[in-house]
Amino acid sequence: MAAEIPVEGVFEQVVTAARALGVSEVEAILGAGDHALTRFSNNAIHQNVAERNRQISVRVAIEGRTARATTNRLDRESIRGVVEQAIAITRLAEPDPDLLPLAEPAPYQHFDRFSRATAGATPGDRAGAVAEAIQAVEAAGQVAAGIYSTGLSTFSILNARGVSASYSETMARFSITAMAADSSGWAKASACDHGDLSPLELARTAARKAEASRAPRELPPGRYTVILEPAAVLDLAGQMFGDFSATAIRDGRSFLAGRIGNKLFGDNITIHDDVRHPLQSGAPFDGEGVPRERLTLVDRGVVRDIAYCRQAAALAGVAPTGHGYPLPNEYGEAPANIVIAGGDSSVEEMIASTERGILVTRLWYIREVDPYQKIFTGMTRDGTFLVEGGRVTAGVRNFRFNQGLMEMLSNVEALSPAVRASGEEASDMVVPAMKVRDFNFTEVTRF
Amino acid sequence: MKDLALGALDAVAQRGVSYADVRALETRERDISTKNGKAGHVSSSESAGIGIRVLAFGCWGFAATDDLTREGIASAAALALEIARAGTAAKKTDITLAPELPYRETWASAFAIDPFSVPVDQNLGVLLAVDQELRRQPGVSLAEASMHFERRRQVFASTLGSLIDQTRVVSGAGFSALSYKDGEIQKRSYPNSFGGQFQLKGYELVEELQLLENAPRIAQEAVALHSADQCPAGEFDLILDSSQLGLQIHESIGHPIELDRVLGSEANYAGMSFLTLDQLGRLQYGSPIVNVVCDARPAHGPGLGTFAFDDEGVPAQGTDIIRDGRFVGYMTSRETAAAVGQAQSNGCMRADGWGRLPLIRMTNVSLEPGSQSLAEVLDAERAIYMETNRSWSIDDKRYNFQFGCEIAWEMRRGKRIRMLKNPSYSGISTEFWNACAAIAGPEHWTLWGVPNCGKGQPEQVMGTGHGASPARFHKIKVGSAYGG
Repeated sequence: MAAEIPVEGVFEQVVTAARALGVSEVEAILGAGDHALTRFSNNAIHQNVAERNRQISVRVAIEGRTARATTNRLDRESIRGVVEQAIAITRLAEPDPDLLPLAEPAPYQHFDRFSRATAGATPGDRAGAVAEAIQAVEAAGQVAAGIYSTGLSTFSILNARGVSASYSETMARFSITAMAADSSGWAKASACDHGDLSPLELARTAARKAEASRAPRELPPGRYTVILEPAAVLDLAGQMFGDFSATAIRDGRSFLAGRIGNKLFGDNITIHDDVRHPLQSGAPFDGEGVPRERLTLVDRGVVRDIAYCRQAAALAGVAPTGHGYPLPNEYGEAPANIVIAGGDSSVEEMIASTERGILVTRLWYIREVDPYQKIFTGMTRDGTFLVEGGRVTAGVRNFRFNQGLMEMLSNVEALSPAVRASGEEASDMVVPAMKVRDFNFTEVTRF
Repeated sequence: MKDLALGALDAVAQRGVSYADVRALETRERDISTKNGKAGHVSSSESAGIGIRVLAFGCWGFAATDDLTREGIASAAALALEIARAGTAAKKTDITLAPELPYRETWASAFAIDPFSVPVDQNLGVLLAVDQELRRQPGVSLAEASMHFERRRQVFASTLGSLIDQTRVVSGAGFSALSYKDGEIQKRSYPNSFGGQFQLKGYELVEELQLLENAPRIAQEAVALHSADQCPAGEFDLILDSSQLGLQIHESIGHPIELDRVLGSEANYAGMSFLTLDQLGRLQYGSPIVNVVCDARPAHGPGLGTFAFDDEGVPAQGTDIIRDGRFVGYMTSRETAAAVGQAQSNGCMRADGWGRLPLIRMTNVSLEPGSQSLAEVLDAERAIYMETNRSWSIDDKRYNFQFGCEIAWEMRRGKRIRMLKNPSYSGISTEFWNACAAIAGPEHWTLWGVPNCGKGQPEQVMGTGHGASPARFHKIKVGSAYGG
């Protein structure tokens, strides 16, 4: 069922159709994907799916106007139709005096993040690994739920000025929740090569957490020292990177408005956007085909770089950074490959150095409370523990937090080495575990 | 499309399945937005594909493809079967389904004006007029307005003998004004956040919303919030407008009543539910004036959860969820109904496109109107009235929630005393609904559309409907979002 698109041939049809209607400024984004996911709950596979799709999205520019039309039909007539549709709605759109000509070609770095074995993973491969993981949790007297997904995607952007950029990658994800009578544990990982995942090890980790958090104690809300495992750091810190955007700052919807160059975080916080990082994934160019540059978003606590799409860069008189979304859009750009520099402490050392605190596996349902103070609320989940006298002594009922990110990232006392982390509230990133003082838990739930 | 669906069903039915269904879909969408006097987003899209679901070897298999050639469909059918066979590696029991009748019907949602018949420049004209009105207010730093239209035709065919052709047209529109000043961002949205109001209607919805008429008030409120007092913390009587109450229903009633969550299907992602099976018929979910239904029938209104048949061929139904405050019903599927011994599914299986498996999803989960007038709802000695959602969060079993709203007012005996900024409230779902003291009548009832409900792995985004009138709740915790 592999979805492939003859990219050059399709784009030639796009250009021909556009020229026939007197339009030369044309751009096409072509995407194709094959994704499969084996889902399990109650120690059995219960949802088991595969999906294949291809898509072409055409944008034209006519006298300062632009618009986009998309279809997943790639026959000759449909390609001509989508070009005609793009031209028709563009002619009805309002002109934008800031609209730039199409991007010019620029060299970009090529990565090999495509694993043939992962692309060829079968339902049987996934089911076998899932069965083994379930057995490990069942053996602990617990109930397992989770997913094992494998897939491949390709993304190409071409335009009439010669941009022709393509990127393919594979991706595998394994996530598991182990549930005991009154507790649960969770683990998740992702990798471009499914051989880099160990479902069995993840299952054992989840089961250990569920066992260790049995009979959870209820603690009062308040300020606690917390040890946030990498997935918790990812899901919470990951909420702020859309604000490292020139367009968001210009619009006044970013907490960095008026704060570029300020020291907002602790000395031990340095953050890059780096698509080249060996643990990262994603295309090395943006939605207009501009190569992604490495950004130093935060240097020892000071906000340095922000992302610029072509239009935002032109308005600011700087070079674009290669982080723009496909046009037209309202949001401009955002970093996409976050790497938070780690330290040399392990989670075990963080626990050992904590007189009283909370160890957090995972955070959930994180939403913004205040856009300029950058306060977020959310819940702990699936493995929350009390640390006393340098060791984990009990599971605890889950907390609700209301925490400002500037405060949190100014209160970091220790960092682990950075790892590729995968959660559910933000895209996968390379982040460390963190020990943070005075984390603000405001309520406790019933489990 | 009927031939396509039936051809796919033939391809899979020949392979020895115990049950199969096929959904062939064609969708068309248009999105238009404006931002500070310019077009922000102008796009159209279309998609066609087929999803094949089989029950074989006691397991489900599902494969979807955009390749609608005979070979492409045969390949997808074979893959669906291979996937089902692979499921036997971790199977506990054979899946069984509650019985259902075959149906052969064609249905289309009603609309007065086909939204795709309205030219893009006319859409932009309406939005730019709103934008101009918003930016007339000094202090508005970002004005945004948008419209969304979609038409989805789906042909469902199953080995039961069903052949159901449904077409749904959805429209949505709204705007917001953002004001950044002195280290503070305030925002007001109309008629709701998340892009406004969405219903199963044509372009007439845009005309009904009176966008331009409401723009000056919304812009003024966004700027005025900067000089409003911070919402106090403490226990207060709380009055919610119907849009915020719609989201409260969604999070603290709609999700917990999904029977697949209760049975553990979502444990790894969306979570489970405090509504364990022993609670049915016993739990006092709310005060005696709280009545909630899950109703997909067109008579309930043009909601995002309105249809004739769900995505496994079960007719749209109305189900009591809470009656006189007592918890009496779940949302079910054929599989989960059978699992708990119910005779039939109540028709809540929905997929967000051809590429994804149907899951139990909210249809229209609505709070029935109360018997009080709006004046009676507002008439508390001292209360805080909150309007329009700003943030929402709830734990993975749906006990503890916290919501933030865009704006609030302190109320004394039904009169607005002062505007309050950054309001929030929190609580435990059942304690909150048991504190319901007054619900306004049907003249204030609105069927809101939530267009962005996420569930499932791979995640699916679904539109759900929630009818509500403004209501008052007694002694609710307010302000903890900014506490600590």
